[in-house]
Amino acid sequence: MITYLVRRTILAFFTVFSISVIAFTMIQLPAGDFADIYIASLTGGGQRTGMLSPEDAVEVEKAVRAKWGLDRPLVVQYWGWASRMVVGDFGQSLDQRRPVIEVIGDRIVLTVALAFTTVVLTWVMALPIGIYSAVRQNSVGDYVFTFVGFIGLATPDFLLALILLWISFAVFDFSVGGLFSRQYVNAPWSMAKAWDLLQHMWIPAIVLGTSGTAGLIRVLRANLLDELRKPYVVTARAKGLPEWKVILKYPLRVALNPMVSTIGYILPALVSGSVIVSVVLSLPTLGPILLNSLFTQDMLMAATIVLLLGTMTVVGTLLSDLLLVIVDPRIKLG
Amino acid sequence: MAEQNISAQPSGGGIPAQSQSGAEEDRVFVASQWKLMWWRFRKHRVAGAASIVVAGFYLVAIFAEFFASSYPREAYTKLSYLEPQSIHWFDDGKFSPFVYAMSGKRDPATMLKVYTPDLETKVPVRLFVRGYEYKVLGILKTDRHLFGPTERDKMPDMFIIGADQLGRDVYSRMVYATRISMSIGLVGVFITLVLGISLGGVSGYYGGFADTVIQRIIEISISIPTIPLWLGLASAVPKDWSILKVYLAITVIISLIAWTGLGRVVRGKFLALREEEFVMAARLSGASTPRIIFRHMLPSFLSHIIAATTLAIPSMILSETALSFLGLGLRAPAVSWGVLLQGAQNIQAIALFPWLMTPALAVVVAVLAFNFMGDGLRDAADPYAN
Repeated sequence: MITYLVRRTILAFFTVFSISVIAFTMIQLPAGDFADIYIASLTGGGQRTGMLSPEDAVEVEKAVRAKWGLDRPLVVQYWGWASRMVVGDFGQSLDQRRPVIEVIGDRIVLTVALAFTTVVLTWVMALPIGIYSAVRQNSVGDYVFTFVGFIGLATPDFLLALILLWISFAVFDFSVGGLFSRQYVNAPWSMAKAWDLLQHMWIPAIVLGTSGTAGLIRVLRANLLDELRKPYVVTARAKGLPEWKVILKYPLRVALNPMVSTIGYILPALVSGSVIVSVVLSLPTLGPILLNSLFTQDMLMAATIVLLLGTMTVVGTLLSDLLLVIVDPRIKLG
Repeated sequence: MAEQNISAQPSGGGIPAQSQSGAEEDRVFVASQWKLMWWRFRKHRVAGAASIVVAGFYLVAIFAEFFASSYPREAYTKLSYLEPQSIHWFDDGKFSPFVYAMSGKRDPATMLKVYTPDLETKVPVRLFVRGYEYKVLGILKTDRHLFGPTERDKMPDMFIIGADQLGRDVYSRMVYATRISMSIGLVGVFITLVLGISLGGVSGYYGGFADTVIQRIIEISISIPTIPLWLGLASAVPKDWSILKVYLAITVIISLIAWTGLGRVVRGKFLALREEEFVMAARLSGASTPRIIFRHMLPSFLSHIIAATTLAIPSMILSETALSFLGLGLRAPAVSWGVLLQGAQNIQAIALFPWLMTPALAVVVAVLAFNFMGDGLRDAADPYAN
């Protein structure tokens, strides 16, 4: 167990490191270095006039270059950037002229909350439907769920969000955008605000969770069907156990493994999807900020968000893998 | 009909039942692997229908100019946001399809254009009408289009699914977009295939250190959320690049991560096959490594690769659509389904002009068709399994 834990943690660290290298490369991609872009944004490049005089600009440019060590080799620069990230200094947002952490602080929490809600909702929907589809194989209900599942798998999240937006507007005449009611948007955190958040959360969670749910139902159904044909199920029935107990007590527990192990690849897809869905439904998560920072070439902000999203995914995957080991004692470690 | 019956029966698993005649048994035993697969695939009705749909999409992509009723970049600004026009099939009790000419006035209260049909001017609609000139496959010059209005001076186009902000025909643009959206899947899958087979092959055939490194790379790529990464890379594509360059750049960006799935399949197959006797026999006969890989091992799981490839195309299409939709993929004047959907990004547009969402329908149908076709191929890929 300990060896496995250590091995997985090392791999997770290595993954985060790789993501940070990719994120750092992203900062380097646009023409000109960070200081050039920073100065251009301060002097306005002709647009935002009067923010910084040319003489001051030279001074600031020197200071920025010194702080970020832009004249030194890339490896040294990377080290500086990464080590500042580790201690929580994410730098300044060029576009918003505030520390990055200030801009995205709340949004990190909401992004995690949305991902968590979606995973829970995925399970809550997939579990009963999967059991039903397996136990009542080839029934009308099974076919309906299979068909809906296929459509759910084929429809990208953002299209689903668009369609939902349209239906809610055309049929119910209300807007589903946002995560808070108007009076709570800028209010400090309270129980009432958290409750309000929960009430808004389920719509984006359903949109995000559809494809994951559809996939999970297929897996659960197939696994449960395999298990139901095994002799121990017949034995349990022969002993006179009620049918619901026969199913829930043994085969379901075995069939449940994929539920846990699929978090590993549901999570990256989910975080990916949440970026686009958040843009469509204008949710205050990291997605819209990422997109905006890419359009305004605020690369430091963008790199930070990519790194954060990646790290979140890696941690989630690690946790789900550990959970799997606890749930299924048959898993060989090492 | 009789021919179909004979060939359909033995395809149920490859081993014929006792009751079947000896001739049919012989047919199965001498049939090649590909023939068995074909029989099996044909039994899969949904997959068959899906293949026809996919073929239809590519047909539209190849002959887009013919299927479009007007030039996709032609903007009829007077008809901005025209709603879908209905075709009237009968004129005075006679079959003679036509559309009314439309004229728009701006509503002073809402500032929106309101269109009213000009009941005096009926514009006949026919098949194979003349329109703008183009070259079929870049060779044959013609101006025939599948359908369209005959008197284009009264009504420039039919707008069967409405017009966009600049008054361009959404239907024609959707037809043209098929070209980019469907081909990006193919080009992307080709890159994916090259990466997946070579890296997965090396990983599975040689094992050892190379395997460990490639496996770690795959594990890492799988656990990175792709969209943020793609967005970051795509935003670095210079704004002044030509459509073709952006197209290739986007395809490469998408493929760089998508190869991992195929790489895993290939590796698994190589791992299983390298212990087989026929591989050892080939090695002992002195066959070179490339010969063993490409002549002996690859053909034995080519069918699986084809199935995996078919299943990889839809995710490519979806990725391109998502990137372009967010404005970081292909950009106008390129037309892809994702680019078209940019017009339907905000709630006002969706509420007022819902027909701008129709390209989404094309995306869903294409992706579904590819998925069903891939499922059928996967089932047929192993004709000896029961």
